[in-house]
Amino acid sequence: MSIFDQISAWLSDPDHWKTTLGIAGIPQRLAEHVQYTVLAVVIAAVIAIPLGAYIGHTGRGGTLVVGIVNSFRALPELGLLILLVLVMGLALALEAVTIALVLLAIPVLLAGTYAGVRNVDRAAVDAARGMGMSEWQVLVKVELPNALPLIFGALRSATLQVIATATIAAVVSLGGFGRYVIDGNSQREFDQMAAGAVLIAALAIVAELLLAGVQWLVVSPGLRKNSRGRARVR
Amino acid sequence: MIEFQSVTKRYDDGTVAVDELDLTIDDGKITVLVGPSGCGKTTSLRMINRMVEASSGTILVDGADIRSQRPAALRRGIGYVIQNAGLFPHRTVLDNIATVPILLGTKKAAARRRAEELLDTVGLPRELAKRYPAQLSGGQQQRVGVARALAADPPVLLMDEPFSAVDPVVRDDLQEELLRLQSELGKTIVFVTHDIDEAIKLGDKVAVLRVGGKLAQYDTPATLLAKPVDDFVAGFVGRDRGYRALGFLSAHGVEVAPLSTLTLGEPAPVVTGWTVVVDERRRPLGWLSAKSTVEGEIRSADLVAGGSLYVADSTAAGSLRAALDSALSSPSGTGIAVDAEGAVVGGVTADSVLKVLDAARRSGEVPS
Amino acid sequence: MNWIIDHLPQLLSVSGEHLQLALVPVAVGLLLSLPLAWVANRWPVARAILVPVSALLYTIPSLALFVMMPLLLGTKVLDPINVQAALTIYTVALLVRAIADALAAVPESVIQAASAMGYRAVGRFFAVELPLAVPVLIAGVRVAAVSNISLVAVGQIIGVGGLGFFLLQGFQSSPPNYQEIVGGIVLIVVLALVVDGLLALAGRALAPWNRKAVSR
Repeated sequence: MSIFDQISAWLSDPDHWKTTLGIAGIPQRLAEHVQYTVLAVVIAAVIAIPLGAYIGHTGRGGTLVVGIVNSFRALPELGLLILLVLVMGLALALEAVTIALVLLAIPVLLAGTYAGVRNVDRAAVDAARGMGMSEWQVLVKVELPNALPLIFGALRSATLQVIATATIAAVVSLGGFGRYVIDGNSQREFDQMAAGAVLIAALAIVAELLLAGVQWLVVSPGLRKNSRGRARVR
Repeated sequence: MIEFQSVTKRYDDGTVAVDELDLTIDDGKITVLVGPSGCGKTTSLRMINRMVEASSGTILVDGADIRSQRPAALRRGIGYVIQNAGLFPHRTVLDNIATVPILLGTKKAAARRRAEELLDTVGLPRELAKRYPAQLSGGQQQRVGVARALAADPPVLLMDEPFSAVDPVVRDDLQEELLRLQSELGKTIVFVTHDIDEAIKLGDKVAVLRVGGKLAQYDTPATLLAKPVDDFVAGFVGRDRGYRALGFLSAHGVEVAPLSTLTLGEPAPVVTGWTVVVDERRRPLGWLSAKSTVEGEIRSADLVAGGSLYVADSTAAGSLRAALDSALSSPSGTGIAVDAEGAVVGGVTADSVLKVLDAARRSGEVPS
Repeated sequence: MNWIIDHLPQLLSVSGEHLQLALVPVAVGLLLSLPLAWVANRWPVARAILVPVSALLYTIPSLALFVMMPLLLGTKVLDPINVQAALTIYTVALLVRAIADALAAVPESVIQAASAMGYRAVGRFFAVELPLAVPVLIAGVRVAAVSNISLVAVGQIIGVGGLGFFLLQGFQSSPPNYQEIVGGIVLIVVLALVVDGLLALAGRALAPWNRKAVSR
């Protein structure tokens, strides 16, 4: 039996789709993974998007944002996760993992929102002010709608990074699809590991496509063309 | 009326952008602020709607200090057009134009109806209403910018180098369009440019500023050309200003002498001098040379191309500049004068133009 | 601190291993992406395939990609080549798009001037287009190198992880060895920052025209 047959056999085994005697099935692992991800991304977005919009609007603290983002990129996710769980204790593992995921998502969202707002055509912002919009109206009616492509770009990469790091959460004995890889590895069941990997990849791709679809619906058609190349913090 | 009373703008780093500016801008006229870069013309303009706050001095609009109103409220009552238009990329043309009325509380549907009318006003087809700015040409974007500034029907329009980013042909169209619009609307327009030709073409009055934010001269374009106050203004106004000044003098009184004409297709007589050849409606087609040796019918191939035409309508005589140019550019030395329909009414010579100029100078019509 | 000093020789050799796991993929990925980016820039059809495929591969989380490698390569599960191959895929996915965009951004006037001076397509690529793409290329390589150095640690979950070894070992010892974990994290961050700095210097040397003007 080839490994591909083994994976499809493992995935089509009905036992792996139900939760029995405390052994979690695929739907429960999916729910866990989605729960970790959504919680972390929402918290990070609530913190980072308003902050990034404020920094982008006023232009104060821009260099700080770029610095934070660059230094966070060097931080190993695995190390951050392990350290937080140890410091907070295994009883609070879920909270610790959520904090780690939020910490990883914030720089990405902060940088994207900041860059998005900062990169809005200065002439349009000047015109908005000159027409008598208040600062709040300039931000909400002009800067944020025009920053949406970049904000969505950041939301997509933050979500992917959180999904990937939530996979590692299995190392600190949490759930999610990562469990299949960790358990398969310790039990020397390569079919389980590989099937887990397929599920993780599928989840990431579906999340990416969903967000891309939402972006297409939400972003003004006027921004669709030539959206490439107007971005970048530096 | 907009009044600058010893207005100064000094930035935190100590640079003085505008220095003790006193200026009175008339209602219903186009006033152009012009000068080299760093002369504070844009700063002066932006102080009117408080996009820049003056460091000292007072600006009055219709007698009221602009600081008596909150900036946002003040700005909603003043139209604002900038270089590259500054259109909102995420909104359609129609919604861009409707912005200020909606800010002022007009219902969306009503604001959009008004926006559609404005498309006609600025000479854009209504099909463009649903487009986004990125789908328009530079000239079209600029027209939308003007329409957007006009949407709430403000009495004052501030225009900051609005036409400097488009190519010369389109710029010419936009300038003509602005003059046409102004003749209908009679707004108080303050217009900033670095292009002296644009200033002279558009301005009822022109304020020339020098680097450091000092007012050098504030006059009508004709006076500016005829009588620059110093070397700086003379240099800035540029060469050929004597010739360009003729554009502000009426050619009324220039002698239009009878001109012998031939019609295309007629058999050619013995030629005695340069002769204008016209079509059956007496519109000029070209000249038959004094040395021409045409036998039989006159054909287009026999003609020498003519110069510029001088429109000498009985109601609106052209400028001396147009009359002189027609004479200078004609192969025969005689300019062709035509009526409003384009039919030949006679010829003008450079001598006759200069005679009128001389008379005008003696009667004091020319500033000296 | 004590732990780091006690284990210095071991740390140095594992750091070397870590760098090798992270940076060999950067080098191989760069060599692979150049021709791919050239192809993507030259033929729109190739671009229409390469760009979405890159984006798709970049989407797959690292742990999943590490585990999938044996399926695609027929390697053993614990073979270090799995981690290196996966990181190479990320590098290529990142660089192909970036370099293709940079090549497309070379002004048409520059390309025409080069052709008018007698460059043929291949010569022009190396003499004009590629050098002009260097700033973007270096920026991409820096991102790839830094994230690869961080991602190698994840490979420890399947047994190949360079300095990631100390993270998991410190976590699993009883009681947990904080010094070992923090030491591992700090070393990884230091490696990433040093490599990033060196690449930034290389970028300045390779593209002097891109430096910001120095104010006097």
